[in-house]
Amino acid sequence: MNIHEYQAKQLLAKFGVPVSRGIACTSTDEVGKAFATLAEPLAVVKVQIHAGGRGKAGGVKLVRSADEAKQVAAGLLGKTIVTHQTGPEGRVVKTLYVEAGSDIEREMYLAVVMDRSAQAPVVIAAAEGGMDIEELAAHKPEAIARHRVHPVKGLQAFQARALCKHLGLSGEQAKAGARLLGGLVKAFMELDCSLAEINPMIVTKQGEVKALDAKMSFDDNALFRHQDVAELRDLNEEDPKEVEAKKFDLNYIALHGNIGCMVNGAGLAMATMDVIQLKGGAPANFLDVGGGANKQQVTNAFKILLSDKNVKGILVNIFGGIMKCDTIAEGVIAAAKETRLNVPLVVRLEGTNVELGRKLLQDSGLNLHTATSLDEAAEKIVAAIR
Amino acid sequence: MSVLVDGNTKILCQGFTGEAGMFHSKNSLAYGTRLVAGVTPGKGGQSIAGVPVFDTVREAKQATGASVSMVYVPAAFTADAICEAVDAELDLVVTITEGIPVADMAFVKDVMKGCRTRLIGPNCPGIITPVTDTSGCKIGIMPAYIHRPGRVGIVSRSGTLTYEAVWQVTSAGMGQSTCIGIGGDPIKGLDFIECLQLFQDDKGTDGIIMIGEIGGTAEEEACEFLQSYVRKPVVGFIAGATAPPGKRMGHAGAIISGGKGTAQDKKAAMQKAGVHVCDTPSILGSTMKKVLGR
Repeated sequence: MNIHEYQAKQLLAKFGVPVSRGIACTSTDEVGKAFATLAEPLAVVKVQIHAGGRGKAGGVKLVRSADEAKQVAAGLLGKTIVTHQTGPEGRVVKTLYVEAGSDIEREMYLAVVMDRSAQAPVVIAAAEGGMDIEELAAHKPEAIARHRVHPVKGLQAFQARALCKHLGLSGEQAKAGARLLGGLVKAFMELDCSLAEINPMIVTKQGEVKALDAKMSFDDNALFRHQDVAELRDLNEEDPKEVEAKKFDLNYIALHGNIGCMVNGAGLAMATMDVIQLKGGAPANFLDVGGGANKQQVTNAFKILLSDKNVKGILVNIFGGIMKCDTIAEGVIAAAKETRLNVPLVVRLEGTNVELGRKLLQDSGLNLHTATSLDEAAEKIVAAIR
Repeated sequence: MSVLVDGNTKILCQGFTGEAGMFHSKNSLAYGTRLVAGVTPGKGGQSIAGVPVFDTVREAKQATGASVSMVYVPAAFTADAICEAVDAELDLVVTITEGIPVADMAFVKDVMKGCRTRLIGPNCPGIITPVTDTSGCKIGIMPAYIHRPGRVGIVSRSGTLTYEAVWQVTSAGMGQSTCIGIGGDPIKGLDFIECLQLFQDDKGTDGIIMIGEIGGTAEEEACEFLQSYVRKPVVGFIAGATAPPGKRMGHAGAIISGGKGTAQDKKAAMQKAGVHVCDTPSILGSTMKKVLGR
């Protein structure tokens, strides 16, 4: 789960990470008032969407008066911002964050990620912030310092000192940097983050060290023990079909093709998408109905697939283990009837009670094709929508 | 012949009295698995389905001689259950539970350092060694009847995709020595390298099917190991060529980031290591058959 910059900053501030004062707003009037409340000569208005690259996309503006702030807000609220991370459809701006401006002396990069090869959190730091960190990693890997954090004991003092040295911080600034680092790692570990990124971390002309931007992602599997974090979820930032799917315990991800797929198991679902593409088609989604799907779930899955207007055909690929093929067939038949299915449907069943399942499908009177292998199923659906 | 488990392996089940634990324990028993003990804290002293229940893993091990655990404990308590099995010095812990916080697994792996216990999973179908056409050692949620004893070893990050490979191998008239589902979580127990080594060292395995997924670099590392250690033929598939970057596809593991761990990278690494790479999972069985000349 991702949260907005302003939410991340509020969380990080609780862990002692220095951030600028700021106010989240949802209307132009609020933005005007926020500027007055901050009472700074310079403020920054930043769109709050779950994507990076906001600055380049025109989503971050400097303002010097309440009127200017309102004017800028009017130009941003309700508008669609397209960045390299949003995809071509972009994101609609619903919230703005008005923050006291900073006199930036220098920008750095700092992040904590859960690293699968280290099997622990890893701190990543670079003295050159602001630019694309992936580009820096590719062209100048020595510019990036990495420190494995002990999964129980956390960041050690010597690691913080080494990281500050790498960031070019000395004296009081190094001490401030170490405190910021300690807070960031503590927040990461206590809140079960998968990513906590400060890009850029800055030194101001006045010598302060602070987080100018912040991004946090959380381990969905751990949200059960962080109710306060779970409440920060912004459903506006998520695909409505994905939100709907979650309600029924279905794992759905929207893509851009026209063949809807329903599969059990994540690996088989990905493989099904791959084979559709291999046979010249384009998958409209990833949908894993899980190991124990029932009739109701299959029906709900169909409804979600069909709510995507791009879907021109559906491929069902189920390897029934615990789930019996006749149960799946019954579900598919009921779903097709209930949703008055009017696009081609190819069903490939394998596993327990497969003969019974295939017979049910054939006798259903529905206009559907069956297939015995995944290759055959993909070929049939690709041909059917041509 | 087989790896890690065989028809003589005595196992216990943690989370035995829960819904999932009981359902799959009964299936394991029906397949002839020597499931000799259940463990549920506070429920010791009973006997369910002919299996004695104990409060702790240590008691269960002492009373029955079980050396392997299968874990169905709910996600919030799984890390603790694994640590208990490690502390009781079992040989192997097979964790089926999905949805365990990554930080919990980081903690478990730290606890396991220097310990003798091996871990499979979490978030995996488990491990199975077919002994006859209808019985063997089944530790996990895989449908038993698709397996058949034979000489193909299977190691996979994915659940249902493993069944697909198993079924093709069986349908093609071959069978499996052992099938290991290592699971899709980012921090887990056994990875490809350990499993490939076990299969290479097993006299009962002639060929290996390796099924990977996008995300991480475990497949790439395994391919380097393959070149130096594995002499047996390997047939491979990587799922996720069409998955868009940055999207999480069900498995916590199946996410591409930083331009690393793409299906293309992994397939290239496999090809370089001499793996017979399949573009579609539909030909895993027939490819293995061809490679083994059967």
